[in-house]
Amino acid sequence: MADRTAVAPVAVVSAGGVIGALARYGAGTAWPSPWTILAVNAVGCLAMGCLVVLVTEVFTAHPLVRPFLGTGVLGGFTTFSAYCADFQRMLGESVPLALLYLVGTLVLALVFVAAGTRITRRLAGVR
Amino acid sequence: MNGALQVAIGAAVGAPLRYLVDRAIPRPSGFPWGTLVVNVAGSLVLGAVIGLGTGQLLLGTGFCGALTTYSTFSYETLVLFDAGERRRALATIAVSVVVGLAAFWGGLAGAHAITG
Repeated sequence: MADRTAVAPVAVVSAGGVIGALARYGAGTAWPSPWTILAVNAVGCLAMGCLVVLVTEVFTAHPLVRPFLGTGVLGGFTTFSAYCADFQRMLGESVPLALLYLVGTLVLALVFVAAGTRITRRLAGVR
Repeated sequence: MNGALQVAIGAAVGAPLRYLVDRAIPRPSGFPWGTLVVNVAGSLVLGAVIGLGTGQLLLGTGFCGALTTYSTFSYETLVLFDAGERRRALATIAVSVVVGLAAFWGGLAGAHAITG
């Protein structure tokens, strides 16, 4: 573990993960609802789409930028486990709403991540 | 302990663990196994945490929340779609959701079996 090249990405992913998770926790505390997690996941996917294009196609980013912002901050911000837990809890209250949450998150996440890449490419004038 | 501090400590471990798991798993088929593994494992642990009714902020919101990811999952799926790997992309979605939910339920049921 003395190898700096191996330790640095782990450290920045950890730091970024804390920032992302605290932002998610803050949002969930301010608006305690499964729909907050849906919004968090959708926004995180939009940001991920923008980020990947920016650091791979627009700029020559420092090698730690993507681990920090992408794997760390956005990975820690978005969550799959709470998505499963929310669906299970909602099933007990309303099956249609639970299914809307399950499918809605999935569709929004994919549409938003795609939109993030397309919009960023257009704005940056690449391809 | 302060809630935000518990979330931060859990995430400080969960996020780098996701990174290391993803790095450790080769992807010969182009299928994003690393993200699938952390999402399924994190959902299982969260089910157990909720079932046991303890450590919700540290282990649930912090550790499991940061171990699992939706942004990387959707980005990797988009990459498959963009590469024309439509079936592989759909398989990623189906397997992630079905196995993730099953793992969550398994964790919940296991915890309930222990606590009675």
